[in-house]
Amino acid sequence: MLLSTVILLPLVFAVFIAFWPQQRTLRHLALGFSLIEFLISLMILNEFDPGSARLQLVEKFTWIERFGIQYFVGIDGISLWLVLLTTFLTPIIILASWTSIDTKVKGFHSCLFLLQTAMIGTFLSMDAILFYVFWELSLIPMYFMVGIWGGARRIYATIKFFIFTMAGSVLMLVAIIYMMYLTQQATGVMSSSLLEFYKVKIPFVAGTFMNQQTLLFFAFSLAFAIKVPIWPVHTWLPDAHVEAPTPGSVILAGVMLKMGTYCFLRWVIPLFPDATEYWSWLFLSLGVIGIIYGALVAMIQPDIKKLVAYSSVSHMGYIILGLFVMNQYGITGAIYQMLNHGVSTGALFLLIGMIYERTHSREISKYGGLASVLPIFTIFFFIITLSSIAVPLTNGFIGEYLILLGTFKAAPVYAYFAVTGVVLGAAYMLWMFKRVFFGEKGELVKDDHHPLHDLNLREIVVMAPLLILVFWMGLLPNHFLNWTKSSVDHLVNNKNKYYLEIHENKVAKGSEYAN
Amino acid sequence: MDHSILMAVLLLSPFVGFLINGVRYKQATYKISGGIATAAIFISFICSVLLFSELVGLPVDQRKIHVKFFEWLNVDKFKVDAAFYVDQISAIMILIITGVGTLIHMFSTEYMHHDKGVTKYFAYLNLFVFNMLILVLGDSLLTMFVGWEGVGLCSYLLIGFWFTDKDKAAAGMKAFITNRVGDAAFLLGMFVLFSTFGTLNIQEINAMAPTVAETSWMGALTMGTMFLFVGATGKSAQIPLYVWLPDAMAGPTPVSALIHAATMVTAGIYMIVRLNPIFIMTPNTMLVIAIVGALTALMAASIGITQWDIKKVLAYSTVSQLGYMFLAVGVGAFGAGLFHLMTHAFFKALMFLGSGSVIHAMHEEQDIRKMGGLKKYMPITHWTFFLGWVAIIGIPPFAGFFSKDEILWMSFHSPMGHPVLWAIGALSAGMTAFYMTRLMCLTFWGKSRVPKTVHPHESPALMTIPLIVLAVLSVVGGWIGIPEVIGHTFGHIPNYLMEWLHPVLKPIPNLTEAEHSLEWGLMGASVGIASISAFIAYHFYVKSPEIPGKIANSIKPLYELVFKKYLVDELYFKTIINPLIELSRKVWFYVDVNFIDKITYVIADLIKGGGGVTRSLQTGNVQIYAMYIAIGLVVALSIIIIK
Repeated sequence: MLLSTVILLPLVFAVFIAFWPQQRTLRHLALGFSLIEFLISLMILNEFDPGSARLQLVEKFTWIERFGIQYFVGIDGISLWLVLLTTFLTPIIILASWTSIDTKVKGFHSCLFLLQTAMIGTFLSMDAILFYVFWELSLIPMYFMVGIWGGARRIYATIKFFIFTMAGSVLMLVAIIYMMYLTQQATGVMSSSLLEFYKVKIPFVAGTFMNQQTLLFFAFSLAFAIKVPIWPVHTWLPDAHVEAPTPGSVILAGVMLKMGTYCFLRWVIPLFPDATEYWSWLFLSLGVIGIIYGALVAMIQPDIKKLVAYSSVSHMGYIILGLFVMNQYGITGAIYQMLNHGVSTGALFLLIGMIYERTHSREISKYGGLASVLPIFTIFFFIITLSSIAVPLTNGFIGEYLILLGTFKAAPVYAYFAVTGVVLGAAYMLWMFKRVFFGEKGELVKDDHHPLHDLNLREIVVMAPLLILVFWMGLLPNHFLNWTKSSVDHLVNNKNKYYLEIHENKVAKGSEYAN
Repeated sequence: MDHSILMAVLLLSPFVGFLINGVRYKQATYKISGGIATAAIFISFICSVLLFSELVGLPVDQRKIHVKFFEWLNVDKFKVDAAFYVDQISAIMILIITGVGTLIHMFSTEYMHHDKGVTKYFAYLNLFVFNMLILVLGDSLLTMFVGWEGVGLCSYLLIGFWFTDKDKAAAGMKAFITNRVGDAAFLLGMFVLFSTFGTLNIQEINAMAPTVAETSWMGALTMGTMFLFVGATGKSAQIPLYVWLPDAMAGPTPVSALIHAATMVTAGIYMIVRLNPIFIMTPNTMLVIAIVGALTALMAASIGITQWDIKKVLAYSTVSQLGYMFLAVGVGAFGAGLFHLMTHAFFKALMFLGSGSVIHAMHEEQDIRKMGGLKKYMPITHWTFFLGWVAIIGIPPFAGFFSKDEILWMSFHSPMGHPVLWAIGALSAGMTAFYMTRLMCLTFWGKSRVPKTVHPHESPALMTIPLIVLAVLSVVGGWIGIPEVIGHTFGHIPNYLMEWLHPVLKPIPNLTEAEHSLEWGLMGASVGIASISAFIAYHFYVKSPEIPGKIANSIKPLYELVFKKYLVDELYFKTIINPLIELSRKVWFYVDVNFIDKITYVIADLIKGGGGVTRSLQTGNVQIYAMYIAIGLVVALSIIIIK
C-alpha cells in the first residue's frame, strides 16, 4: 500500500485542510503534513531494490473492467527520484510561503496538496487512463495558484498556460484511446495498461507521417513537449513563471516540467522506438536550439524571474538532448539533470521570491550592490548560480557533463553546438549576478533609512537542504545514480523491444496481483 | 607516514583554511586570518616536501605515488575516481604552488591589512590553492577539470574582490566567461579522448599513446589535443583568449602574483606536459601550439613596451612569457617549458609582489610616470626587483637565462622547431629586455616624479621577507637545469632537472646531436640582443628621457595601435559580443513575442470561433435536440445497413 499512500495521502490532507477551522495553526499543520508525506515517501527507498530493473511495489486494482482500465501504480529507477523530489520540495515550499502567501491561505495549501497528489500520481501511474487523469488533474490547482495568488497579468498567463497544455493533452487522449484499441487488436482484450501497450508492435513506415507509429509518436510527443517545454512551444513558460507566486514557480520549475521529460522516457521512447529513432534528429535539433535560444534570450531579459524562466528553457534543452541520444550517458545525465534543475532552479525561484518580498521588484536594473548589504543571501545565490552554470563539484556539472558526453558519443555534431550553452550559461547568469549584486548600490538597495534585512532563520532553513543537495549530488553522484542504473541499462539495452516486468517479491499485499 | 594521509592533508589543509576563514568572514582581524591561511598553505608545503622526498627515495622507474579516495562518477564504461597522483612533473608543481603560495600568503597578510574583507580574501586564496592542487594532482582529465574550473572560479572571485567597483566586477566576469570558452573546448577534448581511449585516466591514456605520429589534421588524437590546447589558451591567456588577463589586474596585487603569474595561468602548460606522450604524437597540434606561443610572446611583449600601469606591464609580460612556454612545449621541449614555468613563477611572483610593495608605498598609485627614483626610498624592494629584472631579461647566470635559452635553442634545434620561431622568440626576448628595463628605469631609477603629497617608504618585514626569498630563488633557481653545453665546459655539472624529468617525458622524435658551436652562437646572440635592448632602454629612459616620446610621435598611428592593445577588445565587442546581444533582442522580439505568441492567439481565436459554432448548436431547445438525435440515428443506421 506504500505507493498508494504516497499518492493519496496528500489528497486526504487537502480535504482535511479545507475543513480545518483554525487559521492560526494552518501553516504548521500543512508543514507537518508535508513532512509526514516526505518521511513516508522515504520509506520507498527502504522497500526499493536498486539492483532490479523491474517495476516495483506494484499495486493493481480493476477500475473499469469493460475497457480494461485499472488502478495500476508501480515504481522503478526512472520514477523513483522524481517522486522523492516532489515530496522533498513540498515542505520547503510551504515554509517558504510562510509570509508571502497571506490571502486565502487555506485554499492555497489545499491546492498545493492536491497538486502533489496529481504530480506523484503522474509519475507512478502505469495505466494510461489513470495517468491521464493525474496529468490533467495537475493543471487545475496550478491554474488556481497562478490565477489567484499570481501577479498583475495573471489571467493572461493562466489562459496561455491552459490553452497550450490543453492543446497537447487532447491529442494525447486521442492517442491513448487509439493505443487501447491497438492493444485490443493485438491481444484480443482491451487494456489501458502501459505494460500491455509495451507489448504491441505498432506498424512504422520511415519517412512518412501517415502511419500509425509516427502519428502516435507525435501525438504523445506534442503533449509532453509543451509541458517540458521544448522550443518553439515554450512561450507559455516565461509568462506563467513571471505571474506565478513563488511557490507556484518552484513547483512549476521543480516538478511539473519534469512531468514532460519523464513521460518521454516512460511513454514515448519505449512505446514508439522506431519513430523515436527516426525522428531523433528533430528532437536533438530542437534540444540544441532550446539550449542556445533559451540562453540568448535569457541574457537580455530585464526581469530576473523571466531570466531564470528562459534559463529553464535552456536547461530543459539539455535534458531533451540527453533523452534522445539514447545511450546510458545521455539518459542517466538527463535523469540527473531533471533532479538538478528541480533543486537549483527551484532554489533560484525561492531566492528571487525572498528578495521580492523585501523590495517588491524584480527589475534587474533597479538592483546593484546587493552583495555589500545582504551577505548571506549573496552567498546562497552564488552557490545556486554555480550549480546552475554547472561548475564541477556541484550537481549541475554531473548532469550536464553526462548529457554532453552521451551526445558526443551518439551524434557529435549536436555536441559541438550544445557546448556553446556552457559559455552562454555562464554569460547570462554572471552578467545578471554582476548587475544585481556588484557595483554601486542601486535604486532599491541604497535607501539607508529602510535597510534591507538579510535572510532570517526561517529562510536559511528553507535554503539549507537545497544547498546541501547541490554539493551532495555534485560530490557523490553515485549515491543517487546507483538507484537508477538498472532501469536505465534495461531501457537502453532493450530500446527496440522494451518490456517491463513486475518485481514479484515486492508486490504489495492485498493487491490483485499477489493472488 | 602513510601516503594517503599525506595526500589528504596536502589537499585538505587549504580547504580547512578556507572553511575556517569562510565561516568567520565578517571578522577583520588580519593577523589571525592571514595566520590561519598562511599556516594552512605551509602545512601543504611540508606535505609536498615529504611527498617529494618519498618520490626521490623510490627507484627511478617507479617514481609515482597514487592515492584513491573514493569512486566519484560511475556510469556504464565511464569511471572516474577521486584519485590523485604525484609523479616527477606534479611534484615540481606542488612545490611551486605551496612554496610560492606560502610566501604570497605571508605577503598578503601585511598587504591586505587595511581591507575590511581581509578574512574573505584569505578564504578565497586558500580555496584557490585547494583547487590548484586538485588540478595538478588529479589522476584523470575530469579530476583535473574540477580544479581547472575551480581555479577559474576563485580567480573570478579574487579579480572582482572589490566588487563595489563596477569595472572590477566586470573584469572578473570577463575572466570567467573567456575561460569558459576554453573550458567548453576542454570538454570536447575530453569527449574525443574518451571516445578514442575509453578512459580519461591520464596514466592510462599516456600508456596507450600511439607510437607513430598522427599526421592527419582531422585525426581523433589531433582533434582531441587541439581542443585541449584551445582550453589551454583560455586558462593560460594565449591568442585568441588572452584578453582577460590584463583586465585581471583589477584584483589585489598578491592575487596577480599567485594566480595570474605563478600558478593558475601555467595550468595550460602543465596540462600539455602531463599529457606529453599524446601531444608529441600529434605534430599538427604541436605546430599550432608553437606558432600560437611564439606569436603571443611577440604580441604581448610589444604591448608591454607601451603601457604606463606597472601591473599592466607585468601582465603583458606574463602573457608573453607564457607564450614562451607554449613555444617550448610546441617544439617538443616539454622539460624546457616546465623549467621556464618554474623560474618564471619565481621571478614573476617576485616582481608582482615588488610592484605590490611599490603600490603600497605609493598609496595605491600604479602609473609609472608618477614614480621614478624609488631606489633610495625602497632599497629592499629595489634590489629584489633588480634581481627579478636580470632574471627575466636572461642575463647569465640568473634563473631566467637558463630556461629561456633552453627554449630558444630548442625552437631552433628541434625537428619540430624552425629558425623563424627562433627569430620571433629572440625578437620577443629583445622586447622583453626593453620593456622590463623601461619599467626599472621609470620606477626605481632616474629622477623622482613622485607627487609631493606622497612619501614613499620601504615595506615592513612581512612583505620584504617573501621578496628576499623569491629573489634568492630567481638567482639560483636556474642552476638545477644547466644545459649540457655549459655544464660540460665548466666541468661536468649535471642537469638535475632534465635527469629528474627524463622518465616521464617522451623524447622528441628524430632529434639530432647538437653542434656546440651553434648552440654557443645562438646563446650569444640572444644574450647580445637582450643586453643591447636593455642598454637602449636605459639610455632612453634615464639618460635622455625625451627620445621615447619623439619616437612614439614619429610613428604615431602604429604607437597608438599598440598602446591600445591592437584594439582586440574593441574587435571582440564589435564582432561577437554586441552582435550576439543584438541578435538575442531580435529573436526574442521577433520569434517569441511576435511570432510564436501571435500564432497562439490565432489558434486561440480559431478555437473560440469553433466554440462559437458548437455553442450555437446547444440552444437548449428540446425539439432541436430531438432532431439531432433523429439525424444521428439515421446516420448510424444507414452505416450499419450499408455494411
